Amino acid sequence: MIEADEAGRTFTVRRRVVHAVRDLSFRVAAGEFVACLGPNGAGKSTTIKMLTGILTPTSGRIRVAGLDPSRRRTALARRIGVVFGQRTTLWWDLPLRDSLELIRLLYKVDRKVFRERLDEMCDLLDLGGFLATPVRQLSLGQRMRGDITAALLHDPAVLVLDEPTIGLDVVSKAEVRDFLRRRCAEHGTTVLLTTHDLSDVERLCRRVLLIDHGRLAFDGTLDGLRATAPGATSIEEVVTDLYLRSRTTPRTPPPAPRPTPDGPSATA
Amino acid sequence: MIGGHGAAVSLYPRLAWYGFRRHATYWAAALAGAFTNTVFGVLRAYVLIALWQARPGLGGYDVAGAVTFTFLTQAFIGPMQLFGGGLDLPQRIRTGDVALDLVRPASLQLRCLSEDLGRAAYLFVARGGPPTLVGALLFGVVAPHSPAAFLLSVALGVVVSFGWRYIVALATCWVMDDRGLGVLSMVLTTFFSGLMLPLAIFPGWFGDLARALPWSAMAQVPADVYLGTADPARALGFQALWAAVLLALGALMTGAARRKVVIQGG
Repeated sequence: MIEADEAGRTFTVRRRVVHAVRDLSFRVAAGEFVACLGPNGAGKSTTIKMLTGILTPTSGRIRVAGLDPSRRRTALARRIGVVFGQRTTLWWDLPLRDSLELIRLLYKVDRKVFRERLDEMCDLLDLGGFLATPVRQLSLGQRMRGDITAALLHDPAVLVLDEPTIGLDVVSKAEVRDFLRRRCAEHGTTVLLTTHDLSDVERLCRRVLLIDHGRLAFDGTLDGLRATAPGATSIEEVVTDLYLRSRTTPRTPPPAPRPTPDGPSATA
Repeated sequence: MIGGHGAAVSLYPRLAWYGFRRHATYWAAALAGAFTNTVFGVLRAYVLIALWQARPGLGGYDVAGAVTFTFLTQAFIGPMQLFGGGLDLPQRIRTGDVALDLVRPASLQLRCLSEDLGRAAYLFVARGGPPTLVGALLFGVVAPHSPAAFLLSVALGVVVSFGWRYIVALATCWVMDDRGLGVLSMVLTTFFSGLMLPLAIFPGWFGDLARALPWSAMAQVPADVYLGTADPARALGFQALWAAVLLALGALMTGAARRKVVIQGG
């Protein structure tokens, strides 16, 4: 469902070439739930942007749902769903219901099908109580449930989740995880999850991709990842160990294509 | 992207309706804007009355025409966004939220245009009504020469204004900050739209140039269509041409931005 063959992306910053991602090769089969880990600035966001067609790779080849993301962006947009935990796709001043209706029109979802899917989500995510509330008045947990609903209304084949549980309390986090695991398993959705919350990974994913210095540093099961640090007692320790080890090797700076007025931009 | 069946056809009207409702939510802001526009309209009217009493017939207007011109252009400030802004795009580019707009299966420019038309429709009533009404009560304004042509001219003016503001907003992708561009755009728009002084009074090549630039389509031209001092067919053609040029330029820039630009953050 997702294929990357030696995909790379360089940025030119003040006439210096920076490799944000290089020689990235992996495959994700339909229905897999895969985590994408890596320290800040490792190239995760660049990878996601290439997979969703926002950025064009400068080398190599990428296919998502059989399409070249940067060339068939519009066609691909209909087949993927995107949740960015730190951003919202919903219309700030509209009631949640109206935002979802706009998404329905945007993705040309049939009214009857939309009704059924929304009912299903309302049941599973308990949206009923705040469908009529303007998005700006929702709590973070409610807004995230709204955003996840918005990403799934067109029943995408591939779902990209970028820190979907960031800032959520433990109960909301568990509910969101539970929903994602059940819904994606039932619909056979392929999911790529990036997160810094390792409990997300433990609950949801069997397979882990670890990106560091713009390269694929590990591709295997969670157990395989644990095996790389035999002495560690928790997955946090394993990952901390890996991140620290990678710091001692010479490091390419993270992509900072231009300075921003608010200081260096964070990569999510 | 533009074409589509069923659902997509109703997407854009729905977005326009959302733009309308969204601005209707902030009615207190519209009221404050209308009040300011009215007060400044009264001040400008006195200045222009003095000018036209000293130079009757200047630029082809009589005193009543000049007063009407004043309140009409004050009424355009809101719907035409003559001081700039009105779009979320610069903010979304700065924060990186625009990344989400780029993974949607519909044209970014058309989506922005639809919302902007809804915004303009609301502000045409909420911020255009009060100055015109107060102007009529205090000084008397002349009736529109052809109401239908006038409304069409206002609509085209809004499209030209959107075309220009969309380009300014997208330029944020290439410069570090949109504030400098915003100020530049405001100076160009307030002067060359005819808001500061009617463009009709400028003689020679400078007048010809000012009247040929796109900004005149945002205030000078619709005011002339209202007053009957411009040939409606030519005026509407002029506006339509600039609307098409600016929209095409905006579409080209959207494509270039997609290829070149790195979205900040996240």
